[in-house]
Amino acid sequence: MLLQARGLSKNFSGLVAVNSVDLDVAEGELLAIVGPNGAGKSVLFALISGIMKATGGSVYFRGEEITGLKPHLIARKGIGRTFQTTALFNQLRVVDNLAIGYRMRTSSGLFSTLLRTGKWREDTRRTMTRVAEVLEIIGLKEKAFHFASTLTQAEQRKLAIGIALMGYPKLLLLDEPTGGLTEEDTREISRLIARLHKDLKITICLIEHKMRMVMELAQRIVVLNFGSIIAEGAPEKIARDPKVIEAYLGVEHIADSQ
Amino acid sequence: MNIRLKGRWWYLAIFLVAIALPHIVTSRYVGQIIIMGYLFSIATLSLNLILGYAGQASLAHAGFFGIGAYGVGLLTKGGVSFWIALPLSASLAAAIGFLVGLPTLRTRGSYFAISTLCLGVIISIVAGNWVQLTGGYTGVVGIPTPTPIRVPWTVEIRFDSLLAQYYLVLAFLILTMFAMHRIVHSLTGLSFMAVRNNEMLAEAAGIDTFRVKLTAFVIADFFAGLAGGLYASIMGSISPSTASMELTFNWLVYLLIGGAATLGGPIIGAFVIPIIMESLQFLAQYRMLIFGVLLIVVIIYFPRGAMGAILQLGEKWRREWRKRQEEGPRVAASQRP
Repeated sequence: MLLQARGLSKNFSGLVAVNSVDLDVAEGELLAIVGPNGAGKSVLFALISGIMKATGGSVYFRGEEITGLKPHLIARKGIGRTFQTTALFNQLRVVDNLAIGYRMRTSSGLFSTLLRTGKWREDTRRTMTRVAEVLEIIGLKEKAFHFASTLTQAEQRKLAIGIALMGYPKLLLLDEPTGGLTEEDTREISRLIARLHKDLKITICLIEHKMRMVMELAQRIVVLNFGSIIAEGAPEKIARDPKVIEAYLGVEHIADSQ
Repeated sequence: MNIRLKGRWWYLAIFLVAIALPHIVTSRYVGQIIIMGYLFSIATLSLNLILGYAGQASLAHAGFFGIGAYGVGLLTKGGVSFWIALPLSASLAAAIGFLVGLPTLRTRGSYFAISTLCLGVIISIVAGNWVQLTGGYTGVVGIPTPTPIRVPWTVEIRFDSLLAQYYLVLAFLILTMFAMHRIVHSLTGLSFMAVRNNEMLAEAAGIDTFRVKLTAFVIADFFAGLAGGLYASIMGSISPSTASMELTFNWLVYLLIGGAATLGGPIIGAFVIPIIMESLQFLAQYRMLIFGVLLIVVIIYFPRGAMGAILQLGEKWRREWRKRQEEGPRVAASQRP
């Protein structure tokens, strides 16, 4: 197992957002986490990536416990993530946004920066090489020197994924990567995610509301409701699960499949 | 490459003007004002690193300036060479910054500003009341000018003339700008800006935000101490007002109006604001009213201050010029019968 969560819980002074969740993510998997608004999906991501501290349970990544580690240390271990409200470095250019994501793989400090030592030049060169690679992957070459705030919605999503890709993650946590996008843009982002999974062999955990996309993309689906897992399995199985249809898919799924 | 070369020409032009300046301006009074402008430029440049680039409002900046000033003042009066006292005092300011940063920079948001505000007040109170060490509110007087440098087999460079002091301070300003330029245009500087722009994303992208903030704070305090040490040696006397909050807020205004997160802004601010202040002398205390309004207008409409506005204008002109060059031949062609 690449990622294992055991009894993971988050309690906001009485309100249980995540309730003793056991989650296994196998290496090479593309897993979708679905559930109604407020089901605790984003909080689950925040607990895994260390943005929030769990009130109970533990998380293991590649067999090593990462519960309670600082977010930057978890990122360095190989978990990249994006945020639901697209988070970018808005004041900076696309290339700079990406370069920041690679900083954790370089180590030149203050003195090599001031003296521009060989190490500094080597680190800068490596960063630029990786930036060029990721620009190619996410398809934002033409916008490389534009400010992040001037990008379109779809481009911003790609850039957010690009930042997470920079440090060679083993696992990507994508929080609604196509939320609020048009159908065409949604398809484009779906293709990008499929490519990351197939070609780059990155394990992906995806929170998504668009059921058609989830059914096409995911190998396995986990359904959260009121902070607990109520069902998990292959997409076809989930689509037929009466408990799931009742709790969440209901109207939307029927409407979607028509 | 072309743009970079243009940038270098600008640097060279300004550098030549700075070298020639004392031979053009011969008034002792103006000379002193320019030296003060350079010293405050160093202080504002260092404030720019922690506030402008890393986005952390350090309100103890004059406190660190004061630590550098008292360090150099007391050490050189005690017979220590200026060239040892200066790096020692700047390092002391950096070390104190490190110790203060350890607890205060772990928090996000306004806690750091509030803690450093308190620290700034504490430093100036200590300077005023630790009479045995600092001389209390009378301060330290009779601080010697910088120790002469003996160049073997040739001359001795002395710093007792205004001209020599001018070049000394200019050299340190250039050193500061050089260091700031290298930091800002590097992966280290980029991580400062990442923290300023979106701390949570920076963390999730693998940046140790606490360490980044601490680094920025310690460098800023080192250069604040350096400016303070130079100030003490050149002015010859210091007092608790050398470490006062008022000074911090002056630099804050220089920075915001000159242009935060730009390298030229702090220097523009450190020269332009005192000149405006002097020329509005006739308004007495009411000039603060004008400054208040000016500050609000700048913050709302020019978030990167005067330097930001200059850069924007330059960009606009360049675009217009390019457009006109492209259109030029076409217009000429269409006018042909």
